[in-house]
Amino acid sequence: MSAYDHQQQQQQLMRADNVEEEEEEEEEEDEEQLQGEYNEEYYGSDVSNESGPETMPWIAWFCSLGGHQYFAEVADEFVEDDFNLTGLNSIVPFYKEALDMILDLEPEEDSTKVPDVSIVEASAEQLYGLIHQRFIVTRQGLQQMADKYQAGHFGSCPRTFCQSTNVVPCGRYDLPGVETVKLYCPNCQDIYSPPSSRYHNLDGAYFGTTFAHMLFHIYPELVPNIPNKIYAPAIYGFKISEYSRCGPRMQWLRNKQDPKLLDASGKMIKDSDDDDQ
Amino acid sequence: MKDCAKRDVMVSSYPHDLDLSTVDDYTSGSDSDYTKYWIDWFLGTKGNEYFCEVDEEYILDRFNLTGLNTEVQYYSQALDLITDNLDENLDEEMRDIVEKSARHLYGLIHARFIITTHGLTKMLEKFKKCDFGRCPRVLCHNHPLLPVALSDIPYSKSVKLFCCRCEDIYNPKSSRHASIDGAYFGCSFPHMLFQVYPQLVPPKSTDRYVPRIFGFKLHDVAKQHRYQDMIREESHARIMAGIEGLPTTAAQGSSSGQQNHKNRATEGTGVATESGAMADVN
Repeated sequence: MSAYDHQQQQQQLMRADNVEEEEEEEEEEDEEQLQGEYNEEYYGSDVSNESGPETMPWIAWFCSLGGHQYFAEVADEFVEDDFNLTGLNSIVPFYKEALDMILDLEPEEDSTKVPDVSIVEASAEQLYGLIHQRFIVTRQGLQQMADKYQAGHFGSCPRTFCQSTNVVPCGRYDLPGVETVKLYCPNCQDIYSPPSSRYHNLDGAYFGTTFAHMLFHIYPELVPNIPNKIYAPAIYGFKISEYSRCGPRMQWLRNKQDPKLLDASGKMIKDSDDDDQ
Repeated sequence: MKDCAKRDVMVSSYPHDLDLSTVDDYTSGSDSDYTKYWIDWFLGTKGNEYFCEVDEEYILDRFNLTGLNTEVQYYSQALDLITDNLDENLDEEMRDIVEKSARHLYGLIHARFIITTHGLTKMLEKFKKCDFGRCPRVLCHNHPLLPVALSDIPYSKSVKLFCCRCEDIYNPKSSRHASIDGAYFGCSFPHMLFQVYPQLVPPKSTDRYVPRIFGFKLHDVAKQHRYQDMIREESHARIMAGIEGLPTTAAQGSSSGQQNHKNRATEGTGVATESGAMADVN
């Protein structure tokens, strides 16, 4: 109840969370009255009971949830090193509680005054996601994600000519709350929406803009080798003319060329020889 | 003709049936398989959302079915089942076989029907309702898709979905749809639709996804993008030149086409458009 100023702060960061937005609208009026009580009620939610089975570490439990199959398990040492978390405390509300929750630390005293556990849980999810974004570009994280990639945990490319090659999750923005997760296909070098709606509220920032490309940079052997094919529209077997009003206009998009054969300006290296002569 | 007349009577009496037993229609689905209209039942079955209703007259005109009798086993019984004229006294086993044939036959008739004027309008309605799903490509912004085949021969390739924004084809999301035979829609359908309704073709965008590591573009990818831009500008110039000089289209087209042909030959790429294979369907 006391956490509405923080919730609002969170809202500014997370546009996507519609449910909480509605709650906020309803109870915005009460907010000012409650604000004073907030500092006293800062600590002490009985998180370990509510967030998962006690037998399981929070991180393992979180990654095993439905719709969290894309996540790798961040190593405890990585989370415990404060240097890795630089700057996150200004993005995530209830940073300290959320961090305690992730590390399965017992919350500090004052457990009678409980801030809403679901808010801390949401913060923990966001914090974990942002740590995850940093973790998966480290050597250890990349290794984990490469294993997941090869096991096909992220699904396959919907494009027919990519022959169901595996895809990796990626975001288009590194800040949370902007866009949901997308899938990058290393063959067509394009991004797609995940087919299952369970991933449609997973934040793209939890994977970041860098990871997908770093993965294929470090493990070039993972890049699929699929012959390049472009779809050619035809009616009764006759290709549609370029001059037709609805003729093909987008074939450049799938026109892949081996970068080794191109010079820096994008011309074919052999071609430029011809031009010189 | 007899069939037609009988059919008309049935159609006119249908609303009364509906009033009396609306609930029955839905609850006793399996019982009423062969008492109600087969086509309605078929279209209502889960997984058949891509199909549209083929006009009764189209099916009854035998000319439209030319050649299908060699494609489909138990052709006449299957046709009877589709038109709800099948003898009721068939044994279970036979009925299953005929049922299977009927679906196949309906699919093949469907492929022919949807490229007729009336079929196109029916499919256009479904396209507008996004019955075929939306493009999974992020930069297509959920543009509606159309079903298309990669082969007109039955039992060869499953149905794919064509996006007219990125002009590429995708696999259906659901495995139910992914197992439908492509031949039930045909290779020509979406392109025929856009020939007839060219105003539906969306403006093409040059947006593309740019991979970045820590905000920096990748050299190899950037090179490929420049190459693609070059291809795009070349083809744009070629098309504009071709359209402007319409009376001399052939001359201009072939000269620029040849030039390009040469380029592409040296590049050794699999560019699909070849100026030699021009077919203006209009």
